[in-house]
Amino acid sequence: MATMAAELPVEPRTEVIRRAAARVGTSILVLAALWGLWEGYRWLWIQEGWTWPFIVNDTTMPHLHDIFAALWAKASPGGVGPRLITVLVKGALFTAKEAAAGFAIGALGGFALGVLLAHFRLLQRGLLPWIVASQTVPILVVAPMVVVWANPKLPDSLKDWGAVALIAAFLTFFPVTVNTIRGLQSADRRALELMRSYAAGDWRILWKLRFPAALPYIFAALKISATASVVGALIGELPSSIPNGLGAQIINFSQYYTTQPRGLWATNVIAAALGISFFLIVLIAEKLVVRRAPENLV
Amino acid sequence: MNVVEISGVSKRFGSTTAVEGIELEIGEREFVSLIGPSGCGKSTLLRIIGDLIEPSGGKVVVNRKTARQARKDRDYGIVFQDPVLYDWRTVAKNVALPLEIARWPRQKRKVRVQKMLELVELTGFENHRPWQLSGGMQQRVSIARALSFDPALLLMDEPFGALDEMTRERLNMELLRIWAASGSTVVFVTHSISEAVFLSTQVVVMSPRPGRISEVVPIDLKQPRTATTREEPRFFELVTQVREALHLGHDLERAAPVITQQAEA
Repeated sequence: MATMAAELPVEPRTEVIRRAAARVGTSILVLAALWGLWEGYRWLWIQEGWTWPFIVNDTTMPHLHDIFAALWAKASPGGVGPRLITVLVKGALFTAKEAAAGFAIGALGGFALGVLLAHFRLLQRGLLPWIVASQTVPILVVAPMVVVWANPKLPDSLKDWGAVALIAAFLTFFPVTVNTIRGLQSADRRALELMRSYAAGDWRILWKLRFPAALPYIFAALKISATASVVGALIGELPSSIPNGLGAQIINFSQYYTTQPRGLWATNVIAAALGISFFLIVLIAEKLVVRRAPENLV
Repeated sequence: MNVVEISGVSKRFGSTTAVEGIELEIGEREFVSLIGPSGCGKSTLLRIIGDLIEPSGGKVVVNRKTARQARKDRDYGIVFQDPVLYDWRTVAKNVALPLEIARWPRQKRKVRVQKMLELVELTGFENHRPWQLSGGMQQRVSIARALSFDPALLLMDEPFGALDEMTRERLNMELLRIWAASGSTVVFVTHSISEAVFLSTQVVVMSPRPGRISEVVPIDLKQPRTATTREEPRFFELVTQVREALHLGHDLERAAPVITQQAEA
């Protein structure tokens, strides 16, 4: 609390390294534990012949090492062509493009909407229920419509994936809007009084006080939105028969699941990795941008 | 010339009357303390002077202008009980904030911030974050920020109320030095009788329900005040006089609670 600034200890390098090592160690332990749980559960259920909640065998729960081995194997059953991981990463990059564009549109739009609604309370009361309602629309139903509506209006370079980006944006903007409103209104009352005493206009109060005060809230939303945008892109791909993304791979492998379960699991792993990378990028951005007192971080 | 002239000011919040019939004149370079028990409206009066709230009735003239115009002309520097520093800004950037709002050019800002930090003896802490400083140091940053644009009137709402006694006395001395150096007029809200007497040229004693001024006690202790001022017989006489004025106001109210020196919640 009342630490004298001059006495603030400069963190020694060894301390930083020690903490980083501890963090990596913990991650490895967690992964190992999850691995153990999966394989242990598998072994126990097969051993005891338990059938509840489902029968465990190579189809329902393949060995984890088999899933990762499948990633390295050739994609097509004949043993020719590229490795599965190459195909999946290519698809993931395409989906990532959609998700990133959707995330950008959704985050910026969501933020702008939040600023607007925070400023005009009447608008907020009138509009917010509808915005909430918009999120209950089943995206899987709307996705093909969006593709059909948007595609004719999109230039060739944006065709198909641009429409999917819009669907991803639809899942992205909502948390950002809600948290932007909340964050902008979180500014300290006395800090606002100070601004008033400096004769600051609304615009400057927004940029110099409300916006920085809202940043931790906005980043909390962006972290949710980052993974939601990946899910949105995948779901957008499913009914719109776009062949280049991970969505097409999911449909493909789910058709062959009974004979080739490892393919779908491997696709799952890559999709999860994509979601995690999006999350981590936002996390790193937050560390760089948000510089608040420890107690003010959301 | 008077910096502040208040006549017939009242303020109601709903059905409760916070202050009523306030008449007060504050001359240039005065140090005026508002003192009284919780609920006597001293903070309300300070906020009315600073145009943070509007009075329900009466007139406030600051530098021959309305309070609103004075605020728009940036005549007020405000210090609250909490420092209210922006934790995403460095110490220097916090002090520079009002200057940014007033669109000072960067170079001029930088020179000014250096000078202000020197004034509150925080040179070398420019790039620290507020939360890395002690409570007393944070409050000094807040004072530097309030004075950075050279306001005619410094409004302080229990600025040292949250600090320990030792820090408070040290900052009292510092405030007097800053007051002498900056040449501004100070309106200072406090719960502490001895603090009010030690700092002020005038102590305005207020009584509650509804808040009104019960007595104005001129403080004739010689300037500059020093550590030994607190030991002078005249100091004790004045403390007694203010205390009696406070109790008198209270007895007239027939209100039981003893005056505490604790900060309002």
